[in-house]
Amino acid sequence: MGLLSGSNLSLKLCRWVSVNMPLNRKLSGLKCSFFLHFGLKKASEALPGAAHGWKLKRQLIFLWIVSVIVAFAMLLSSFSGKSWVVKTPPFNEEKVEILLKHFNVSKEQINSLASLFETDQVSSLTCNIQYGHQMSLSRIKNCAVKMISSMSDMVEKWHDFVTENIKLDNQMCPVHDDNISQNLDLSVLKDGCSFISWCTSSASSDHECSVQLELFKDMLSRWPLVRGTRYHCEWLLVDIIKICWWVLIGMVLSWKLRTLPEELWGNQKQHLVQQKPLDQHPKLLQKLRQPLTACSSKSAGKWRKKLLVIFVLAGIFGSIWLFLYLNEDITLRRKEMLASMCDERARMLQDQFNVSMNHVHALAILVSTFYHELEPLALDQKTFEEYTEKTAFERPLTSGVAYALRVLHLMRERFEEQQGWTIKKMETEDQTLSQDLVPENLDPSPVQEEYAPVIFTQKTVSHIVSIDMMSGKEDRENILRARASGKGVLTSPFKLLKSNHLGVVLTFAVYNTHLPPDATQMQRINATVGYLGASYDVPSLVEKLLHQLASKQTIIVNVYDSTNKSAPINMYGKDGMDTGLLHISNLDFGDPARKHEMHCRFKEKPPIPWTAITASVGVLVITLLLGHIFHAAINRIAKVEHDYQEMMVLKHRAEAADVAKSQFLATVSHEIRTPMNGVLGMLQMLMDTNLDENQWDYAKTAHESGKDLIALINEVLDQAKIESGRLELEAVRFNLRADLDKVLSLLAGKSLEKEIELAVYVSDEVPEVVIGDPRRFGQIITNLVGNSIKFTKDKDKGHIFVSVHLADEVNSSLDARDEVLRQSLILAQDGTNAPFNTLSGFPVVDRWKSWESFTKLSAKAEDAEKIKLLVTVEDTGEGIPFDAQGRIFMPFMQADSSTSRTHGGTGIGLSISKHLVDLMGGEIGFVSEPGTGSTFSFTVTFRKAENTCMGMHWQQCDQAVSEFRGLKALVIDQKNIRAEVTRYHLKRLGMPVDIISTVDSACSYISSCASTSASERLAMVLIDKDSWANEAYIAVSCVLKDLRSRGSMSNLGTISTSDILLLATCTNPAELAELKSIGVVNHVLTKPIRLSDLITCIQEVTGSGRDRQVARGKQPMLGNLLRDKQILVVDDHVVNRRVAEAALKKYGAIVTCVDNGKAALEQLDPPHQFHACFMDLQMPLMDGYEATRRIRDLEYKYNRQTNSCELSTQILSMVPQWHTPILAMTADVIQATNEECMKWGMDGYVSKPFEEGQLYSAVARFFECADVKWV
Amino acid sequence: MDGVILLQKQLVDYSTSLYKEGFLDDQFKQLQQLQDESNPDFVVEVVYLFFEDSERLLNELSKTLNQQIVDFKKVDAHVHQLKGSSSSIGAQRVQKVCIAFRNYCEEQNTEGCLRCLQLVKHEYSLVKNKLETMFKLEKQVLAAGGSIPMH
Repeated sequence: MGLLSGSNLSLKLCRWVSVNMPLNRKLSGLKCSFFLHFGLKKASEALPGAAHGWKLKRQLIFLWIVSVIVAFAMLLSSFSGKSWVVKTPPFNEEKVEILLKHFNVSKEQINSLASLFETDQVSSLTCNIQYGHQMSLSRIKNCAVKMISSMSDMVEKWHDFVTENIKLDNQMCPVHDDNISQNLDLSVLKDGCSFISWCTSSASSDHECSVQLELFKDMLSRWPLVRGTRYHCEWLLVDIIKICWWVLIGMVLSWKLRTLPEELWGNQKQHLVQQKPLDQHPKLLQKLRQPLTACSSKSAGKWRKKLLVIFVLAGIFGSIWLFLYLNEDITLRRKEMLASMCDERARMLQDQFNVSMNHVHALAILVSTFYHELEPLALDQKTFEEYTEKTAFERPLTSGVAYALRVLHLMRERFEEQQGWTIKKMETEDQTLSQDLVPENLDPSPVQEEYAPVIFTQKTVSHIVSIDMMSGKEDRENILRARASGKGVLTSPFKLLKSNHLGVVLTFAVYNTHLPPDATQMQRINATVGYLGASYDVPSLVEKLLHQLASKQTIIVNVYDSTNKSAPINMYGKDGMDTGLLHISNLDFGDPARKHEMHCRFKEKPPIPWTAITASVGVLVITLLLGHIFHAAINRIAKVEHDYQEMMVLKHRAEAADVAKSQFLATVSHEIRTPMNGVLGMLQMLMDTNLDENQWDYAKTAHESGKDLIALINEVLDQAKIESGRLELEAVRFNLRADLDKVLSLLAGKSLEKEIELAVYVSDEVPEVVIGDPRRFGQIITNLVGNSIKFTKDKDKGHIFVSVHLADEVNSSLDARDEVLRQSLILAQDGTNAPFNTLSGFPVVDRWKSWESFTKLSAKAEDAEKIKLLVTVEDTGEGIPFDAQGRIFMPFMQADSSTSRTHGGTGIGLSISKHLVDLMGGEIGFVSEPGTGSTFSFTVTFRKAENTCMGMHWQQCDQAVSEFRGLKALVIDQKNIRAEVTRYHLKRLGMPVDIISTVDSACSYISSCASTSASERLAMVLIDKDSWANEAYIAVSCVLKDLRSRGSMSNLGTISTSDILLLATCTNPAELAELKSIGVVNHVLTKPIRLSDLITCIQEVTGSGRDRQVARGKQPMLGNLLRDKQILVVDDHVVNRRVAEAALKKYGAIVTCVDNGKAALEQLDPPHQFHACFMDLQMPLMDGYEATRRIRDLEYKYNRQTNSCELSTQILSMVPQWHTPILAMTADVIQATNEECMKWGMDGYVSKPFEEGQLYSAVARFFECADVKWV
Repeated sequence: MDGVILLQKQLVDYSTSLYKEGFLDDQFKQLQQLQDESNPDFVVEVVYLFFEDSERLLNELSKTLNQQIVDFKKVDAHVHQLKGSSSSIGAQRVQKVCIAFRNYCEEQNTEGCLRCLQLVKHEYSLVKNKLETMFKLEKQVLAAGGSIPMH
């Protein structure tokens, strides 16, 4: 029970500690649960970096707690093993044995008494004897009654005492676990009571009081023992509580130790979090952070080491303490055991001695009764000798008894006469008489006042008859004392006559008259008639006694006569070696003048206290083990921290390298810009000249490619940004199909070189205009298609097919599916059946597999505003080796190191694509088969936009659409998919398209068309060159010619507009010319089909565009835009200022120049007349950013003022918000500068020196829309 | 008239050599394009502005770099300006050296900076001589009654 309450206490305390520990607020809940459910798995919320460390720590704690529990259990068992064994049972048994013996003895006594009375020698005195018997019996009875009454009193008292004690104990021990001892008490009490009652009931008949006395004494003697047990129990409880406390302290300490590093880590983490936004200055940070973390971790390490040392020291001291404590306990218990054993022996010796003393006393009374009170003498030597012989069993310890008569000198002669011998003197002073002692040889006693000659002796000592006992010094003193006190008196020990043992003589005086209890000494002396002596053989007495007791082997007993304190006489036992412990018990043999002691000691040296040693060594070992583990952990933590710091340093270095890289790229881009300016400028100039459509288109493509090159540089820079997650996508409206055309036209050159057929197809479901980032979208497609081109061998005549569908289309039912999708599905289902119904006829991989792994594909778009597109790029290249397929999206990893040698490239494209797709909320996947080709698929999410026309390009198309709408076209193509692609393009122009796969059916179709109404007339026939040999279109042309001629006859002039267009992948000019010259085809359209190409081509064919000049509105000249505009140029640099001024003036602007930000601020304080401001970024006094910010502030204030006060003039009312366009002039072209400009409130940037196109596009954004307001 | 043509040819050859040797770049041509009737001396004006400014900057640079403790920020700002103005007039060799100069500046490499300063000074004097020669030729052409050929 003590254990239970102790553990409860500790549990509570644990909780208290865990709740109140403020240090680890984060983990307090966790800790609670940790205490309660030991094996509970922790949530892995720990920081990922420290995951390993945490695991280690958890193991450590587990080990620590387990070992604590083990140690605790060990301690407990060692305690309980010793303390709980109550030693009473053997004692009890002994007691009972002894009691029984005594009982027997007293019985025997009575028997002997009876036998005495029954001797026929004294038959004449029967009545007397009867009387005596009766008397003695009544005496005994009286005595017994008295004893019982006194005893019951005593029992009552005892009971009271016990209950009081229990109460007291209850008060003393608040923890109610002394039940054991209580029960013990009570049981003992009960036992005692029942025994006593039994005794009282039976005592009246024939028990002697001495029995009860013994019993009672025994009861009482058991009491301290019981007390001792109880004391043990209390002690144990205290021990357990103490241990609980220690364990608790240990736990708390371990928690502290555990939480300390965590706290520090937490701090470091916080630092990191705080420092993250500052990452723009890595070097500074590095300087800041390193000493900080280093110092904190160092101090933490020191703390941990200190704690460890303290812990180990505490463990060592604890184990030493434990050892001492346990050892002390053991010795104490040993001492107690010795004491109890010794006391017990002493008491028993005393008791036995007393019993035999009583016998001697009884003999004395017998003698007085039968010798002195009766006349004639009823006793003579013979009777005495017989009686004593017979009753010798009663006095097993006496070697002999003798009766000496008191003879005064006056009566000596008479006495001598009477006896027939003279009184003899003892030969020597001491009583060590020689063996051949013959009384006759002794000298007669000299004259003395009185004599004490022995008259009766037991047979064993018959040789001392007639010797005057008064002549021996010892005996004389004895006799004198005995008669004066009336009690038994002992001599000091001496060697007995025959046995040569040490012995003592007990002497009783025999009085002739009844003496009152309070008789004076003189009365006693006068009443003395004789002396009864008995010699005791002490060693045998003790020996016998010890034989009766168990565990006699364990202790050595010595009995001393210590009357003379300085020189005690050893009466029994050898002087054994000193074994440390010694217990001395006093013996009371009933003679107050003599003092006896019993010395007890253990036979053997105390055993080595193994329990204490094991427990303490166990604790020590556990402590050291734990210390070792913690030490290892601390070292590990230190190592990890060190590594972490190293990593941080490396990280900073890497970051610095990254910065250097981007700076390098910036520099390079700057350097590339200069030549590119030339290229672009020249192209622009070329485009300004009078070019025909094709030339203009080429020039434009070249120009755009150049621009894309610049963009590409930015994109390379973007890679870093993507990786750091800082890339932001634009959200602008763009025409998906037009953009795809643009992308493909960039790649068309390359594909044509390799004679690869490049085709694009956009499903009808896909809306015209979407909102998203066209540049990034185009970049993905460029990357994929570029890769496909790269990995398709020259002259392979393969194809690259880009198709765009809504993601939902893939999920919709088969019938509703788009034609292209359906066919690809059929193709996949057919397996490898040739001929392949693909764009170029080459086998392709199953594109459906490429999006199999997409998880978000099937999920319904959660937002109705959003659309998800699925883009597939299919090629017939060499495919990706299977072993390389896993890593193709990793940056700078190419399928094969030889790839870069063969094909060039950085290997960054797919990685960027993947990142971009991720950013656009999509997924990318692929399926590839070496030798067959690859298909890449990706999904992107765009926002829907209302379908409005936009952009110049589209305007042109719009025109064309209105022009060609309704014209019917026929596509003759063997391959369905290719025909679908052609149809897609024609459909964009609003032309209804029919597809026919064979020439024969085409001819019949054309014929049948001719006869139909005008609304269904056939405007053109498109034939794929790859499909047929020349005969095919010759056949068709024949039909057409035939029709035409017939038409002219029947005045169906409309049919004559049917022309034949040839679709060809590669155009050999000679071949083309030949075909044209024979008049078989009207025009050749080069693939990939682009809308602009198609329009031009159709215009040429239909003749509608032929006579038109290149009516395309040229880019509005800068002059128109800038004319008469007030422009402020801010540049500190006079040369730059001058150049800018001149450049702007050239376009008709009115230019004002200021040379710093402050001046600009004054100029631009609204209201002012400036339409725009060109601002240099790096200026003294106030740089461009700052100036812009201030200007924006001014404008903001002004706007608020005008809005609130309605102070607006007429002009101002037209401009509700004052916002002067501010354009940065910078030499840097990298994106970062641009973004920086935007951040500070600028509207755009132009690079220095001015480039017309860029200047235009930058300015146009403001003035085109602003014209309404400003002009 | 022959003299004029000769002079014109000389001028063209000279300016072409300037482009070929990399003293000037397209920017200078753009400057020339900016020059028109309303602004007949634009190029000369700008170029002399450039000279003035550059000399000032070079002086400043020498002063700053010869100090015990070099203020690299100041140096960088000066070089930046020099680079800007040289790129504005198309003196690309000066500009290129400026780029290297700035790199040294960032590294805080005093020696490199001093070396670059010498180089810049050298390039500057070269381009100055060349331009002055060209202007002289132009003047001569104009004085001879010819027009300056456009490129």
